[in-house]
Amino acid sequence: MEIKHSQFKRCDLLRVRGRLDSATAPILEEKLEEITEAGRFRLVLDLNEVDFISSKGWWVLINTQKKCKRFNRGEVLLVNVQPQIRDSLELVGMGKYFKIYDDVASAVGSF
Amino acid sequence: MAKVFKTARRVFAGRYESLNEIREFIAEAAQEAQFDSQSIYAMQLAVDEACCNIIDHAYGGEDRGWIDCQVDVRSDGLLVTLIDQGKSFDPEQVPPPQIGKPLKEVKPRGVGLYLIKKMVDKMEYHSVAGQGNVMRLFKRKR
Repeated sequence: MEIKHSQFKRCDLLRVRGRLDSATAPILEEKLEEITEAGRFRLVLDLNEVDFISSKGWWVLINTQKKCKRFNRGEVLLVNVQPQIRDSLELVGMGKYFKIYDDVASAVGSF
Repeated sequence: MAKVFKTARRVFAGRYESLNEIREFIAEAAQEAQFDSQSIYAMQLAVDEACCNIIDHAYGGEDRGWIDCQVDVRSDGLLVTLIDQGKSFDPEQVPPPQIGKPLKEVKPRGVGLYLIKKMVDKMEYHSVAGQGNVMRLFKRKR
């Protein structure tokens, strides 16, 4: 898994590449913890190059969403979620926990 | 009666690093079963979740046992059989996930099994003395 992190004035952008399963979810979890521990809670995750997400991966994103939304201090926004990944997310009812955008500029601009 | 075109079997170490290899093994069989990309992903996800449950719950952690994986490419779809030697469980006793709960109350329990059931057309699980725990996942060709 590769994560490219860019810090903007109003939010942080993470471009993730690869698969998000039990083997790799801890890598993303560590990166997200590093950002939230620095007091940054407005996050945009570009998943355009992510081709697989298991429930372990979703839990990393949901736990981060819980942390970010606490005290209305921020939010995790998802961008470019592949259709089959989005289907599985909706199937388990987790889709409602995230706003999903079709392009990075709109997501970043929403903060 | 469905015809079996091909059967393949591999044994994987019960660790998270095996998951990618397992998914590739499943994708290859699903392609041979002439699945479309959506069905290939569904079968990969179901098997990934099942293998994670084996590692986490049956074995109680990584590197404590093996996952025996057999694929049967059939005329009507794909059958995947997973066997482990860990602790067995009763799928009926696993509570369903808390779909619809507010974000701060939602917990991960039951999501893996729920996904497995939703992704395949048939799931069977039983424990056989001397053989281990056997999970069969069948997905029909669309």
